[in-house]
Amino acid sequence: MTAQEKLIAVFGGVVGLLALATIVGRLLRRRGESAVVDNLVARVNAWWAMVAVLAVCFGLGPLANLVVFALISFFALREFITLTPTRPGDHLPLAVAFYVLVPLQYWLIWDQWYGLFAIFIPVYAFLALPALAVFAGDTTDFLERTTKIQWGVMITVYCISHAPALLMLKLRGYDGQGPLLLLYLLLVVQLSDVMQYVFGKLFGRHKLAPVVSPSKTVEGLVGGGLAAIAVGASLWWITPFSPLESAAMSALIVVCGALGGLALSAVKRSLGAKDWGRMIEGHGGMMDRMDSVCYAAPVFFHMTRWFYSG
Amino acid sequence: MIERLAAAGLVGFTRMLVGARAHWRAPMPHGQCLYYANHSSHLDTLAIWSALEPARRAATRPVAARDYWDKPGLRRYFSGRVLRAILIERRRDARDGDPLAPAIAALAAGDSLILFPEGTRTAQRLPQPFRGGLHRLAQQFPQLHVVPVWLDTLHRSMPKGARIPLPLYCTAHFGAPLERLPDESRDAFLVRARDALVALADAGSPA
Repeated sequence: MTAQEKLIAVFGGVVGLLALATIVGRLLRRRGESAVVDNLVARVNAWWAMVAVLAVCFGLGPLANLVVFALISFFALREFITLTPTRPGDHLPLAVAFYVLVPLQYWLIWDQWYGLFAIFIPVYAFLALPALAVFAGDTTDFLERTTKIQWGVMITVYCISHAPALLMLKLRGYDGQGPLLLLYLLLVVQLSDVMQYVFGKLFGRHKLAPVVSPSKTVEGLVGGGLAAIAVGASLWWITPFSPLESAAMSALIVVCGALGGLALSAVKRSLGAKDWGRMIEGHGGMMDRMDSVCYAAPVFFHMTRWFYSG
Repeated sequence: MIERLAAAGLVGFTRMLVGARAHWRAPMPHGQCLYYANHSSHLDTLAIWSALEPARRAATRPVAARDYWDKPGLRRYFSGRVLRAILIERRRDARDGDPLAPAIAALAAGDSLILFPEGTRTAQRLPQPFRGGLHRLAQQFPQLHVVPVWLDTLHRSMPKGARIPLPLYCTAHFGAPLERLPDESRDAFLVRARDALVALADAGSPA
């Protein structure tokens, strides 16, 4: 199979899964209306829309992928900063974050400038953001304000950008198949989230972290995580990994994704919100969907780069 | 036709830039409304106007400062033809007659209005004391619903002096219309109106 055929095959599988979920939703609705079923149906409908967007951007090629992920970062940063109290003195660093850092970080991927991509935000943006805020002359909560902007930029721009950065990796015997690796990451992360939700609703007894994330259960995490690892392992043929290695990589993605979901849920609650936003019907905001990707993408990127670079 | 396209474009632009989602904290009142809001940026008028649903928007005209909106070119076109703004002269020396007269005429003709009772933009989150215009309009039109609207993030999107707006999500929180009390003094009414707005702010999302 060529890379193109593999892409089509995987998307076909996803469409099949969604069709199944849609039918299950219809059947559940026929047995009776409830808030949980309504939310399930809304989530599945939103998934159709998200998969359609991804299918189009995978079809159009790497540039479309980068543009879509740059927009994802932009919207995620927007949600993060909307919930974060800032002061007029933060206007310049925030304008730079939205209008300069986001496009520049993704341009570095397009330019395949790995060295600068890896340090641009953690070194230069980290130092520049507080320096830009200094000129407003407002020292009230200066450290807290600076930290929140830096944190938002790191998570929503730097971390998320590692997903499409998979496209620039040069791996042994895996030329021109970067898009498949990106699809693999997204599929395992999102499937892990979905399966944790399904297993949690069906078998959930013990809450994992009741204060931070009331809907997460131990049964959901273990059952959903194992299911996602099984699917990830069975997709080894679209990756540079052997089946066993693919299972290990999926396990890594699942663990990082779960930790990301928990950590960002704690951040969200410390900002006084239940959802990051309202952009995606049934899911909440962009960050409610990307929280696991924020943690999984950079770790998966560097592990793959370390072990499989050619 | 062109005005309607321009209006759709303006709403689309505002939604893209600052979200401008409406959140009705109380049931939407039927009939003529006077929406009053906190004023912290040049985007405030557009945000409330865009947050209203199309039928309400078509019947609603913003009250705006002549010195900002009556500039030749796009600004005058949008304020005059698209927003159908009622322009108020703020410079005392340039006034002739009652500056509120056009607003009173519009209310008498059945339009709803958007008013910023602070008179000018403030850099703070919470509004300054209100000027008397809100009271006069409310007095003259006793059947009017006087509705507080809290704009939650625009003081951060475009603080006074900033040139580039930040794309934060803004929600316009619409509160319950003010109760009309008989024999209430002007100052007591203005304080109560401001308190209603501050109450919306404190109950709203953080920021």
